Parts: sequence; C-alpha cells; structure tokens
Amino acid sequence: MSPDDLLYTKEHEWLRIAGDGGTVGITDHAQKELGDIVYVELPKAGTKFDSGETFGSVESVKAVSELYIPVSAEIIEVNDDLGSAPEKINEDPYGAGWMIRIRLLNKNETADLMSAEEYDEYTSEEKE
Amino acid sequence: MSASKRTPLYAVHKALGARLIPFGGWEMPVEYSGIAKEHTAVRTVAGLFDVSHMGEFEIRGREALDLIQSVTTNDAAKLMDGQAQYSAIAYPHGTVVDDVLLYRHRGDHFMMVVNAANVSKDFEWITSHNRSDATVDNISDDVTLLALQGPKAIDILQPLTNVRLAEIRYYHFAVAKILNVDAIISRTGYTGEDGFELYFSQKHSEPVWNSILEAGIPSGLVAAGLGARNTLRLEARMLLYGNDMDGTTTLLEAGLGSIVKFEKGEFIGRDALLKQKQDGVKRRLIGFEMVGREIARDHYPVFIDGQEAGHVTSGSPSITLKKNIGLAYLPAERAAIVSWCGARCQKQRSYERLSISAREDNCRGGL
Repeated sequence: MSPDDLLYTKEHEWLRIAGDGGTVGITDHAQKELGDIVYVELPKAGTKFDSGETFGSVESVKAVSELYIPVSAEIIEVNDDLGSAPEKINEDPYGAGWMIRIRLLNKNETADLMSAEEYDEYTSEEKE
Repeated sequence: MSASKRTPLYAVHKALGARLIPFGGWEMPVEYSGIAKEHTAVRTVAGLFDVSHMGEFEIRGREALDLIQSVTTNDAAKLMDGQAQYSAIAYPHGTVVDDVLLYRHRGDHFMMVVNAANVSKDFEWITSHNRSDATVDNISDDVTLLALQGPKAIDILQPLTNVRLAEIRYYHFAVAKILNVDAIISRTGYTGEDGFELYFSQKHSEPVWNSILEAGIPSGLVAAGLGARNTLRLEARMLLYGNDMDGTTTLLEAGLGSIVKFEKGEFIGRDALLKQKQDGVKRRLIGFEMVGREIARDHYPVFIDGQEAGHVTSGSPSITLKKNIGLAYLPAERAAIVSWCGARCQKQRSYERLSISAREDNCRGGL
C-alpha cells in the first residue's frame, strides 16, 4: 500500500503537498522496477517547469528513466545528498530519497493526480 | 513470436524471487537480490548463475577436427584432451556468426558452446559446411549449464566433487562427479573472476543447483542473474555477441585478432580477414570511461567534433570501479588517439540522452 498522504502520477512520481509548496520523489514501485540507482540528474533551484515536463532523470545499473514533474512548479530546493548517495532512493523512496521541493504554480492541477488507492490499482493493472 | 523457453531451473528462480526477463529467446533471471549486490558478491566471494540458455553441440568422428578447423578461426589443433579454447565462427567476409567455446574430450570428440540466440543459426551453418564424416549433434536441450564464479568458488565446490579442483588449470576441464552426477567441470567463465562452469544432464538441475547454493551460503555465495553477468563481463572487457560484435562487424574490428590464426591453414573468412589485416581496419572497438557520472548506454551514437563517428555497443556503471564504462566502435585513426587518452567521454548535452563525445583534451601531457 502506497502512503495515503501523497498524490501520484502515471509515471510513478509522488507529490506531498504542504500549503502552496510540495515535495517530489519516485514511488517504491518505481525504485523496485529500476533496481540499484546509481545516478540522479536534477535541475537547479529557481527553474520552472510546466506540468508533465521532464525535470531530470534517474539512472539505475540497467536503465535510464526520465522524471516528470507532477504539477507546474518552480524548483525551491534539490536534495543534494542524492549526489553522493543515490541509493537513498532505493532505501527510503518516500523519505530520505526525496528529490525536489517545489512551489506549486497552479494548485488546480493536483486534481489530475492519483490518490494512493488509485495508484495501487494502477500499478497492479500495469503488472498484468 | 514463439513463447520464450525456460530453463529447467525456472521454478527455482521464481521461488528465489528472481526478476525474469526475455533474453535470446529465453525467460531468464536478470536479478535476485539486486545487480550491485550480486556483482560485488562475485568479485569478493562467489555467485551462482544458471546459464542453461547457452547451446551445446557435440562434434564427433575421425574428421571432427577438420570440420572444426574449417568453420572456426582459432587453431583447434593446438588443443589437448581436457582443454578449452575461445574461438569464433566467421562469415566468408570476416564478420561474426558467433563466438564460441570449444572443448576437446579426445581427438575425435569435441563440444562447442554457443550463444543462446544463435543455436539454430550456428547448427545450420556448421552442418551445411560439413564436408567431412564428422557428426554434429545439438544437445542444448539436454544440458544444464551453471557458472560458479568468484574467488571462493573453488572452496565452495571442492567438498561436492571427487576431482581435485586445484589441478584443473584455467581453460581446462575435467569430467567428474558433482555429488553423484556426471559433469564437465570447466575452469572458465564470463566474469573476470576465477571459477567454474558446470555442464551436466538437465534432469539433475535442481539437486545440483540447491546443493551448491546451500554449500556456499555460509561463505556468502548468492544466486546471480544476467544483470550482474553483464556488468561483470564488461569490466573484464569480455565481448557480448549481438552487442559488441555480430554479422556486421569483423573479428579484427572487434579486437579479436588473437583468436584468428591465419597460419593454421584454410578456414571460412580467412581471405577477407587476411586482406583486412593487411589493409588495416577502418574502425575499432575501444573501451571508454565517462568523465562525469552520466552513463553512456547501449546504442548511443558517439560524436567527435560534432560528427557522428560511431556508437556505443555496451555501456554500464562499473560497480567495482565506481565509474561508468563502455565499449564503442570508432574510426581507427580516432580510436588510436582516444585509446591513448584512456578514452574518457562525456555526454554532450544535459537531458539529451543520445550522445557522448570523445574528448582529446582529457589527454595529459599532449599527444
């Protein structure tokens, strides 16, 4: 069961909302699919993205995967710890493995995201 | 597409929690506990791989050696009983049908081990070029092949066999027992570590696999999948058919000149390879490491001075070296420079996942 205080994208990012800010990472399902993560490429603070744009990438031993921003946002902070310890994404995807903190530019867009229940159903369908 | 084949150990892999992927027409375990963990276990202790997807042919008869000499590029006449040899099958124009391992049981009895995806192609190729009285049998479906690789492989396997493993030299083999099962115990592998490859009847697959794993677990042996096999072989610069060479690249371009023995006499591909050797190759496979932390993946084009000059054939993180490494074809004149510089590369643009550039400015001390 995915944490029920988060919102989810079809591309397996999660978003934790706090006021008009938020935190973004990738889901436990995503880190399991990727396997051992060895490198993360993240944007600089201050960069703005439209909803659904690529904001970075994550590389595991076997594959590279793009990261998509769940909502239109400005990057406030980047998790610099991931530079030297990208394995935190595998170990703690919803905690120490967070990727970016954002300021939401259009809060209405969160309506397009999935709840934990919807996301779990989505990933179980994807598996079949 | 026909359904993927499964090795006799499929159920065991499932029970161990392996992630299974299609590979060369087979459904194979790519990882169990994680590629990095399995890779490190092989470098420090040992890993057990099911590589039963590989194909095996038995070649017998008074003229078996003649047939082998005509269809392979290395000199099989140099093999003694109980010895193995890395070799290749070439097309007439010098490109690669397959890379193979050749085992000599006796002067009239050999075994050839071929890549999974090439079993039918190789078998048809060899039998269609057979002008001798030798017989070629495809025994692939009867044979289970396990690879036990790593510095502790010998200690783990020794209590399970009746042969003194220390007496089997590198690229040699013994026909002996593992538990009570007849097996070929070969001191070979595809990881760059010491270890053994074990060939035996598929009907004994589960007891042999389980016994080795149980014997090794106390010392840190793990089940290892094709993911770790790939990162291990790449660190050791062992080539992968279909990636690093194939029907479009010659053995000399792939840097496999050491297994092309012109002096042994006629063989398929000899004339073209000899001409290419005399003229010089136009492109060469080189090893590279990335400057930054980006990874150049399989098939990325390589740009030099903004021009597409070649492509990456294998690219991956090196788990042992903590760098990102790979192999790429480059024009021969550039390959010389890049090789001399240690072939350090970096991606051209952020978020553009499709190019690396060879950087001569990484050369210290100039050219």
